[in-house]
Amino acid sequence: MEVIRSQKRTASNDAASIPTLPLYFTAPPMEVRLEEFELFAIDRLRVLKGVSDGLARGKNPKEMDDLVSTLWKEHMRHSDVSEMLNKDIISHFVLRLVYCRSDELKKWFLSMETALFRHRFRLQNFEAQRATVGEFGLQYKAVTGAELESLKEKLGQVVRSLGQISPTIETIYYKVPFEEVPDLVAGRRVFIQKGNAFVAGSQLVSLVVTQFRSHISKALILTNRKWTTTIREREKDRLTPIVEGLSSSYLGPDYSQSNEYADISLKDIDQVAKSSFPLCMRHLFEKLREDHHLKHGGRMQLGLFLKGVGLKLEDALAFWRAEFTKKVGSEKFDKEYAYSIRHNYGKEGKRTDYTPYACQKIISSAPGVGDHHGCPYRHFSDDNLRAALGRMGLSSRGMEDVMDKVRNKHYQLACTMTFEAVYGTTCDAGINHPNQYFEESQKILKPKTPTAPV
Amino acid sequence: MTREEPETRGEDMMIDAPKFTNPKPRIENPDEFNVHYLRIYYGKLFPYTDIHKWLSYGHDGKHPGCDEFYFGRREFSFTLENDVYLRYKSFKNASAMEDAIKVNFPYKIDIGAVYSVDPDKRHAYAQSGTNVFTPVERELVFDIDITDYDDVRYCCSGADVCSKCWPLMTVAIKVIDTSLREDFGFKHILWVFSGRRGVHCWVCDVKARRLTNEQRSAVAEYFRVYKGNENNARKVALMGHSLHPFLARSYVDFLKDFFEGELQANQSIFSSKEKYEKILEMISDEDIQLELREKWENAARSSLSEEATSLARWEQLKNTLYSKKQKAPSLRMCVEEIVFTFTYPRIDLEVSKQMNHLLKAPFCVHPKTGRVCVPIDPKKCDEFDPLAVPTLSQLIEEINSGGLKMDVDDDDESERSLLGKSVSFFRSSFLEPLLKSCKEDIESSHKSNIDKSKDSFSW
Repeated sequence: MEVIRSQKRTASNDAASIPTLPLYFTAPPMEVRLEEFELFAIDRLRVLKGVSDGLARGKNPKEMDDLVSTLWKEHMRHSDVSEMLNKDIISHFVLRLVYCRSDELKKWFLSMETALFRHRFRLQNFEAQRATVGEFGLQYKAVTGAELESLKEKLGQVVRSLGQISPTIETIYYKVPFEEVPDLVAGRRVFIQKGNAFVAGSQLVSLVVTQFRSHISKALILTNRKWTTTIREREKDRLTPIVEGLSSSYLGPDYSQSNEYADISLKDIDQVAKSSFPLCMRHLFEKLREDHHLKHGGRMQLGLFLKGVGLKLEDALAFWRAEFTKKVGSEKFDKEYAYSIRHNYGKEGKRTDYTPYACQKIISSAPGVGDHHGCPYRHFSDDNLRAALGRMGLSSRGMEDVMDKVRNKHYQLACTMTFEAVYGTTCDAGINHPNQYFEESQKILKPKTPTAPV
Repeated sequence: MTREEPETRGEDMMIDAPKFTNPKPRIENPDEFNVHYLRIYYGKLFPYTDIHKWLSYGHDGKHPGCDEFYFGRREFSFTLENDVYLRYKSFKNASAMEDAIKVNFPYKIDIGAVYSVDPDKRHAYAQSGTNVFTPVERELVFDIDITDYDDVRYCCSGADVCSKCWPLMTVAIKVIDTSLREDFGFKHILWVFSGRRGVHCWVCDVKARRLTNEQRSAVAEYFRVYKGNENNARKVALMGHSLHPFLARSYVDFLKDFFEGELQANQSIFSSKEKYEKILEMISDEDIQLELREKWENAARSSLSEEATSLARWEQLKNTLYSKKQKAPSLRMCVEEIVFTFTYPRIDLEVSKQMNHLLKAPFCVHPKTGRVCVPIDPKKCDEFDPLAVPTLSQLIEEINSGGLKMDVDDDDESERSLLGKSVSFFRSSFLEPLLKSCKEDIESSHKSNIDKSKDSFSW
């Protein structure tokens, strides 16, 4: 793809053979104007940000399909179909340059592009989907005749186990090695036998999305290499400033650097926990005080949160030590737990400064026996959740509103409603990060003259 | 390896895996386990050659298609006396491994993954670029620990295990083993006693060893049913209108009978108010709870045994639920949910999900019990008794009495020593078929490499 200044673009593509959903295998041999380079990328970024937002709000797949359709029409449409396709492809490749440059950027871009692809695929008709599957060069065998007949009963059981009353199976099934469809296997959404999964036509999405993700992931690594070795230097007066500018404005704050509400001291921590912690962290904190122990998942979730809230390493060590030594002895603490705490602050091993978990990550975690991490709105039983909300001071009216959100699986909205009920204010932005909850809470409890965020 | 979370570290495994509340890892049974015995064990009894053969997977250097450095890229870790922990150990060959063990006499040996480069030399390679230090093969492993069942066993808790609760492990083996073979098509599966209160499973097929973390995670989640902790009452939620074929088979072939037979006999889960309340809480309908509670609270003192009372109440509960199951979707499979809660395997998901997770080696000795981590035959797991597994002191005694031959290759089984029986089983049931299959794999991939290079031959 060549970028040129202020010349008319000539697109060299053959309209007849364009698939409806580009797979971005190679950068096409087009010339692009410099202005379009940036504008196309920004429009696509708006779409990706919208997708990110929708996921964070816990939208179900159908809602996401609608959202993607709307976003795409709003930002990526063009009256000329081939122009629209060009914009699609160009914007993707530009954003690859932008988002290949660090692990965190890569991860975000990969997640969003995959989600975008998934929902655009779902919106296609069956023939177009089949064509897309073919584009990946997938050789999945259709299961027919006698073999299908012999499996009918088991396939019907799977269909029923997924919620349908009638055990009628689809007409087309594909036999696929189970390794190719991990999410279907994980959810027990397919019948598997001797290493083969029997995937329904309607479940094709999973197949292609896995392929897509894998291909984009590899592409990002290659792009990064090219960027660091040649492109960045060669383009330092032209494309590089654009590329570097594009990413920083669009990711939400990651709370790895705490701001002026920073100094929470150990003697205030119990007070602060009661007044400003979101429910998930409050629960972990209380359990820690009660049991003088937390399992790994809890230590990570709470520990990184505290780091984001401004707890310094020395104070964190003292805090965790004070609790754990009530149970395990200071020798064991030093040997086994202190290392992890320093690791979280980037003082050991890889020396990565880990970022506190956002709601999406916490909601999707899987607390097991003896765990207290996770999102209470999702992981607690109704009774336990009500009790916990009561302790936070919610009235029964407020509680019902929250429980209603929970029933509909809108966990972050439930947390937002709790926030609004506790502080008697509205929170339009919606909670999507525990540290955000904390900061907003502190703003209300200790108003200062507003300063520019760090 | 570029991931957001910190890598699984040995230290982490040390922290969460031993789920005991007693924090001091001192030797508890000095009669059963002490350094002196350990020296003799590693001096004379540990099956070095067998372990080496297993982990070489046929790469013994004899075939041109072999990778002679394969074994050397496997990570081992040693836990020494005083909890000194040595990670990233690797050995060129069997005798290097044997020498290292005989120098250190580790209390515990863990086996990790096969990496892209020799773990010992990992610092020589930059983290980015093409020569990254990353796992390339690792068995698919499972860890089942009976302490994860503490909420459903009444005979023991914590570190203890007895003949009344061990059957939970037996049924877990049956369910998982059947599924690994029938559903996933795996063949080379090794089950090992963890030495005290659980079992480990090593799936060694080449396909299993090459699974990515995502795929391992998928298999672990496929096996996951129990989602409980103290924050929720209904810990198994079976949705939909029927069970998935895997769960249905497990229920019909193993769980139902186990629940209604052995479990009831051993645990009498309805015999006291405290016990049956726990079960009543799993029923999402309050009216049904009340109905049953009233029946049982006001029951006159009967002459029935605990077990008979328990069984009778189970029948009542089943009848009530079956007749009312239309009332709500959450009641549809409530009976099955209860059975699953008490009997279905609870694996430690974290152990299975990541390639770099370390797991204790078979034939180690458990420091708390002195028992050897011997293989378990899944076809005869009903007969396995954790309290009859040879201990170090028994093995030493056997050597001292000089009666039995130490040679495990003796064909006469009655002449075989305590440990010899286990090693012999390991060899014949697991190692031999595995190595045969590995040879075939090496042969065929070597052949196809040659064919490929022939095809691409061009001037």
